[in-house]
Amino acid sequence: MAYGGSDFGIAGPRGHRAIKILLAGGFGVGKTTLVGAVSEIRPLRTEEPLTESSRRTDSTAGVERKTTTTVAMDFGRITLREDLVLYLFGTPGQERFWFMWDELAIGALGAVVLADTRRLADCFPAIDYFERREIPFIVALNCFDGARRYGVEDVRAALDLDQNLPIVMCDARGRESAKDVLIALVEHVLAQADADEPALP
Amino acid sequence: MASDGDQWLDAQAGPVVRPYTLTQGRTRHAGEAFDLVSTVTTTNHHVSDPGTLGPEHFSVLQLAQRPTTVVDLASDVNLPLGVVRILLGDLRELGLVAINSPMSMKTRNVDKNMLREVLHGLRGL
Repeated sequence: MAYGGSDFGIAGPRGHRAIKILLAGGFGVGKTTLVGAVSEIRPLRTEEPLTESSRRTDSTAGVERKTTTTVAMDFGRITLREDLVLYLFGTPGQERFWFMWDELAIGALGAVVLADTRRLADCFPAIDYFERREIPFIVALNCFDGARRYGVEDVRAALDLDQNLPIVMCDARGRESAKDVLIALVEHVLAQADADEPALP
Repeated sequence: MASDGDQWLDAQAGPVVRPYTLTQGRTRHAGEAFDLVSTVTTTNHHVSDPGTLGPEHFSVLQLAQRPTTVVDLASDVNLPLGVVRILLGDLRELGLVAINSPMSMKTRNVDKNMLREVLHGLRGL
């Protein structure tokens, strides 16, 4: 096949490579803010299956066979080089959007789980999801103004995370801070790749 | 009814239609699956029978003259992702575009040189 030898990047015919990073976390934790701080936001229209709860809000009178509805989502694009582009996808926080996760997760380089220490439990589903699918991830604590700051180790204990899993503090509004989060993720993926490599004889 | 956001429609394109009319009611694209960040590029093949393609197919072809990802195409043509995938499936069947999909990502297969390039790029932002 005409791949460039990479598993998460895609080498197109002219060497164009696209890399996907996921941003997960509870509703209102700052995912869109972080994407906006570090990348060019682009709109995307997608469809979701109509669920019982959305049927109540989307009238299907006259279109009883309608099974999907169009939803708007954003993604972020960071052009690192003309031929190397990073895409950031915020995974929709609400349960009814979970069907999108599998689609988004395929081929992703890794994920950032954004957490708010006042509502730590909101990020449990995301952590479970990435652990189960062995997608490398880090946890970024979005330090909201006035939010009580817990220590990294308190959070590690509360989330029952491995010692090797990076937990970083960030301000999702700041470009440098958002950039540092992405750098921490890529460094983590690289460190994992090194650790997994069989030792040379 | 075409608004400013519908530049891909011109006077000849006819009325604005519901998305799945463009796909003749299909909700699955032809051929093997492709990822959101798969890269689409036009091939050197020529359209043998332009009548078989709709204006949206041509919009996609135009955009894919430079390697472009599926999500960027969907964003640029302002059509739902599912519709764009079906249009791309048609174009691939006709040999008009090549779509390079990613393989599954497992840590042990990571391309470390590429990761370093990404790190370098991020630090230089």
